[in-house]
Amino acid sequence: MRPRSVEEVQEAVRQAGRLRVQAGGTKPALSAPREGEEVLDLSGLRGVLEYAPEEFVFTALAGTPVAEVEALLRAHGQHLPFHPPLAHEGATLGGTVAAGLSGPLRHRFGGVRDFILGVRFVDGEGRLVRAGGKVVKNAAGFGFHRLMVGSLGAFGVMVELSFKVFPYPRSTATLRLALGRLEEALERMERLLALDLMALDLEPPATLWVRLGGLPESLPLRVERLQALLGGGEVVEEDEAYWEEARRLAYGPLLVKIPAKLPEIPRLEALLAGPRRYIAGGEAVYAGLEPEERERLKALGVPHLVLKGEVPDPLFPPPQDPFFLKVKRALDPRGRFPLS
Amino acid sequence: MDPLKALRAIYPPSRLLTREAELVPYESDALTAYRARPLAVVLPETEEEVVRTVRLCRELGLPFVARGSGTSLSGGSLPVEGGVVIALNRMNRILRLDPVRRIAVVEPGVVNLEVSKAAFPYGLYYAPDPSSQPVSTIGGNLAFNSGGAHCLRYGMTANHVLGAKVVLATGEVVHLGGEGLEGVGPDLLGLFVGSEGLLGIALQVTLRLLPRPERYHTLLAAYETLEGAGEAVSRVIGAGLLPGAMEIMDRLAIEAAEAAVGAGYPQAEALLIVELEGEAPEVEAEARLLEEVIAQSGAYEVRVARTEEERQRIWKGRKAAFSAVGRLSPDYLVQDGVVPRSRLGEALREIQRLSQAYGLRVANVFHAGDGNLHPLVLYDGKKPGELERAEALAGEILRLCIRLGGSVTGEHGVGMEKRAYLAEMFSPQDLEAMERVRLEVDPGRLANRGKVFPGG
Ligand SMILES: Cc1cc2nc3c(=O)[nH]c(=O)nc-3n(C[C@H](O)[C@H](O)[C@H](O)COP(=O)(O)OP(=O)(O)OC[C@H]3O[C@@H](n4cnc5c(N)ncnc54)[C@H](O)[C@@H]3O)c2cc1C
Ligand SMILES: Cc1cc2nc3c(=O)[nH]c(=O)nc-3n(C[C@H](O)[C@H](O)[C@H](O)COP(=O)(O)OP(=O)(O)OC[C@H]3O[C@@H](n4cnc5c(N)ncnc54)[C@H](O)[C@@H]3O)c2cc1C
Repeated sequence: MRPRSVEEVQEAVRQAGRLRVQAGGTKPALSAPREGEEVLDLSGLRGVLEYAPEEFVFTALAGTPVAEVEALLRAHGQHLPFHPPLAHEGATLGGTVAAGLSGPLRHRFGGVRDFILGVRFVDGEGRLVRAGGKVVKNAAGFGFHRLMVGSLGAFGVMVELSFKVFPYPRSTATLRLALGRLEEALERMERLLALDLMALDLEPPATLWVRLGGLPESLPLRVERLQALLGGGEVVEEDEAYWEEARRLAYGPLLVKIPAKLPEIPRLEALLAGPRRYIAGGEAVYAGLEPEERERLKALGVPHLVLKGEVPDPLFPPPQDPFFLKVKRALDPRGRFPLS
Repeated sequence: MDPLKALRAIYPPSRLLTREAELVPYESDALTAYRARPLAVVLPETEEEVVRTVRLCRELGLPFVARGSGTSLSGGSLPVEGGVVIALNRMNRILRLDPVRRIAVVEPGVVNLEVSKAAFPYGLYYAPDPSSQPVSTIGGNLAFNSGGAHCLRYGMTANHVLGAKVVLATGEVVHLGGEGLEGVGPDLLGLFVGSEGLLGIALQVTLRLLPRPERYHTLLAAYETLEGAGEAVSRVIGAGLLPGAMEIMDRLAIEAAEAAVGAGYPQAEALLIVELEGEAPEVEAEARLLEEVIAQSGAYEVRVARTEEERQRIWKGRKAAFSAVGRLSPDYLVQDGVVPRSRLGEALREIQRLSQAYGLRVANVFHAGDGNLHPLVLYDGKKPGELERAEALAGEILRLCIRLGGSVTGEHGVGMEKRAYLAEMFSPQDLEAMERVRLEVDPGRLANRGKVFPGG
């Protein structure tokens, strides 16, 4: 099924047994249908509906590719500061929200949960529900829009989303600092967390990538200050291109997101061997894993989400608490939407 | 079972209030136009007492309301007649403050400002700063998704709460969220934040702390018209600046603030406060840009804070504005509507017109960067019919906000006051979905009954 309107989505949901939403297909571990599921392809539900640059707000259909939105914003000197991963590979707004993914630039102003303002979704009974709004501040009604973040579509099919956006810095610069040991890198990161950085990533074993954004007049001085604080660091020529490459997440065979925190990095490092990157001051790691490594994470109880690679259970641990179950029952009483 | 007898099994007499004189302070919140007499007020000191109380209420079908400091301006912490008030002020310990993880784990009754004070020695602070910051609690802030002057850049409370331990209205205890900024799985905490005490009670909250900015640059500009100040805000945004705060006060609010705290503001129809913050070299460069923008915006007087004392003076008047308006009028209603930023001028003109039509003064203090208006409708409750007229005027302002594509509340919540208007903002289906979630969690509608939903 490839609906072209909200009504068609509602119809599809009402007719369905079990439904799996697919849009860009960039996170196949989540969107590939399992036995007994029908695919609801949302890629036909695309387009920006409203955008007023001076409001810092836009509204678009959920199947709209992130790249399309970013091109439009860029023409007005703006961007999505949470920097959705896999944008060039075809990720959609809905898929990004459903999977709950943010990229390296989330460091400065926050992740997808901080920028989503409103949603319209079709619940498990085919009813169209709106929550949140189209203004940068709003506290009316339950925050279903926030609930959608990371929901993997378990509560409904998002059809329309509103986001806050911010100005893109007039100029940017990136420093690379290769250190000898992980401990040194972590010690530098901790000091850097006090600064107003656009991005602060760790590429194991011990390379830091730091990005600054701001006015062109102040940037050279800020780069100097940063170098002094770091005790070195080379300025990267391909600033923009580098960060675009970083969010491609071309890791395999299983691409996994693991929430982290700076003090937990040594423990995670002992578990991970493949290509990987800690983003946003160590708040999450995107890693390429072998299937056995993934089993180890599960055995050790490390929460994570598999984005690519064939696994029956991409979300670990599966949410089971009473609050989840009650909300699920309220919005999808017939269990039409699988969770991961 | 006799409910009071059952409560006595949980609480010593000193923490179970039932006498009339003891109950009076709890009969309303900061929206004093509504009052209700609870059966009892309990003052828990432990999570276990809260959980036992909720379970007891559920067994007995007794409505209950969680209460922080009772500063809600929308009747959010108004008791249910004959129900139980669970007052959380005594659960006010900061349980853990971890400067490396940059989090604070606190009990729900901790006062907002106390978190920033505790974080100060580590160069950290808690960003959400409602004007009620020295009084309101983290639990109340969480339930209302409270805001403040810094929401445009930093977001509301929802963006700064990472985890919570919660007793659901069913009596089950759950952990939502965690200790990090990134998670996997649905953002259940995101749903709980802003649910106005209808889904359960927060027992413990994990907050995100931010590094204190290295430099502030605070500017005060005076304008001959409110529109002039509003336009300046658009120019600042248009220049690509993202200030930490942009606030506007109109003549009436300025007069009130002056009378109350003597901030030394210039005489003006409208004042704009803009505050830049961040790394020193960046703030310095931005300040030059801001200066150009403001110079072209028609301001006739511009002041820049040169010292921290001067900065605090500028903010003092703004922060005191609500309570100061109390000097101009025996009573007032605070409204909290939001409009798209580009429609601010239109909204303010219409509010002026309504004020004249209703014969009631309206003072305006607002978060201009967010389009979040705070019209203060002045009235005298002793004059027959004035409260009703003030409420009707406030209602028209809310409808105006909806019509312009905004919201009926930016930060004060729906509470008791704006229930009817929620149905104008959302469709019956939208509200029904919210109500279905609520009923799954609270089949008896015991938690904060009568709030948020039009039907109660
Ligand atoms: C049962 C279910 C319902 C989903 N509902 C939605 C939805 O309503 N809106 C949405 O944008 N994304 C939803 N997703 C997520 C979405 O299918 C994928 O994100 C999606 O295909 C995104 O495209 P992508 O390339 O960005 O990611 P994909 O690799 O295609 O999928 C990533 C994850 O997002 C889910 N997803 C994608 N689009 C949607 C959508 N519109 N609504 C809900 N989930 C979506 C996918 O199913 C998958 O879990 C749902 C997922 C599931 C499992
Ligand atoms: C002078 C003044 C200025 C103000 N300025 C602002 C402002 O700038 N921005 C802003 O957003 N608000 C502002 N407010 C409104 C108010 O301070 C906020 O809504 C605040 O968050 C309420 O906190 P409280 O502790 O007083 O909560 P209460 O008023 O006691 O309760 C508010 C709501 O929270 C619920 N609640 C309380 N604790 C819990 C808990 N632990 N778990 C679940 N639910 C709970 C209550 O049931 C109630 O529904 C202002 C109020 C005043 C009087």
